[in-house]
Amino acid sequence: MIPNQELAKEIIAKRIAKELKDGQLVNLGIGLPTLVANYVPEGVHIIFQSENGMVGMGPAPEKGKEDKNITNAGGMPVTIMPFGAFFDSATSFALIRGGHVDITVLGALEVDQEGNLANWIIPGKMVPGMGGAMDLVVGARKVIVAMQHTSKGQPKILKKCRLPLTAKAEVNMIVTELCVLEVTDKGLVLREIYKDTTIDEVKSLTEADLIIPEDIKIMDI
Amino acid sequence: MNKVVDIEKIKPFFKDGMTLMIGGFLACGTPEKLIDMLLELNVKDLTIIANDTSFPDRGLGRLVVNGQVKKVIVSHIGTNPETGRLMNEGKLEVELCPQGTLIERIRAGGSGLGGVLTPTGVGTIVEEGKQKLTINGKEYLLELPLRADVALIKGSIVDEFGNTFYKGTTRNFNPIIAFAADTVIVEAEEIVKVGELRPEDAMTPGVLVDYIIKGGEGFDS
Repeated sequence: MIPNQELAKEIIAKRIAKELKDGQLVNLGIGLPTLVANYVPEGVHIIFQSENGMVGMGPAPEKGKEDKNITNAGGMPVTIMPFGAFFDSATSFALIRGGHVDITVLGALEVDQEGNLANWIIPGKMVPGMGGAMDLVVGARKVIVAMQHTSKGQPKILKKCRLPLTAKAEVNMIVTELCVLEVTDKGLVLREIYKDTTIDEVKSLTEADLIIPEDIKIMDI
Repeated sequence: MNKVVDIEKIKPFFKDGMTLMIGGFLACGTPEKLIDMLLELNVKDLTIIANDTSFPDRGLGRLVVNGQVKKVIVSHIGTNPETGRLMNEGKLEVELCPQGTLIERIRAGGSGLGGVLTPTGVGTIVEEGKQKLTINGKEYLLELPLRADVALIKGSIVDEFGNTFYKGTTRNFNPIIAFAADTVIVEAEEIVKVGELRPEDAMTPGVLVDYIIKGGEGFDS
């Protein structure tokens, strides 16, 4: 059974939140990845970066308490934690490219079994631009793709990306509402599946070849 | 030593076909009063270097909507549908550049460097037409410097010499573009006497600034 969209997002965000370790510097992309912040386990302190120029990003302010000078990479008002810092864009991307960001979580249009990611352009249809995504994917130590398993029923996890790439062979992990995949030198390894799905269902909704180990776990959410 | 001028004084600097750098990230930290002035002057065929094309009704997005822009060099256009529309109609040239690469190209342009080497974009269409170098076994793209005729900056607190302090995330591109243009104009939210801004709070050294104009309180004013 494939969870509906709302539940799917919750499953994905909850599962990725469990990947975050105390003290890590993490950058969450706009949209679904942002939801991960809502599920950080108790006692785990994460430092969130926003590529427009801060570390220590806090939650959205209460209505009426927005500060026009403090926004996130989506242009929305946010807050900053007492230990946070603001800086310019060159510093922000030195943090990113310099390997100081532990984890980046991004959405995807397509991802493939070689760890290639496409998420910035559909030629002729949608050209938003790459923003900071190309730098984040190349620079962050661990790249986690957060996305629904299919789009209008069509697989998004492919043998080879068809859309222009955001980065080549940089993705480490893919989390969907159906499974957790690890990108390895040998290909995509199915590590976990959602409690209400089956290995066969995951395979039928995935174009990429999957390596199926003996010890597949149920997704811990 | 007092660089504060009436906005009338700077109007003659603006000509059709010139290249501008404009600070801000999705209009946070953009000098809106200077954008108002450009709209009023209706200078055309501008090349604009900035992080993004903002929104249709805010920041430099308004110049795009008003048909004053010939080319943009930015990392993202997704929040301004007009940019995409004009691009598809062949009326606006859009050069998309990864955000971290864009700010480094500007930094190079402003600091006397012949370019920067970045791993961002390797294996993607961003590498097309660019020189690739292998350093210690890793591939990098040579990205060339950017400069402009005029940089338009938004400062939160600016002393009369031009020393500039940026609040929150308004810093973004502003202090970097201050190095990379022949003429630097700061729109100040608040102007103070020399000596009132501590030298250690001068995020942009006043020596880089040519003119200061008094602006409004922020992107909604």
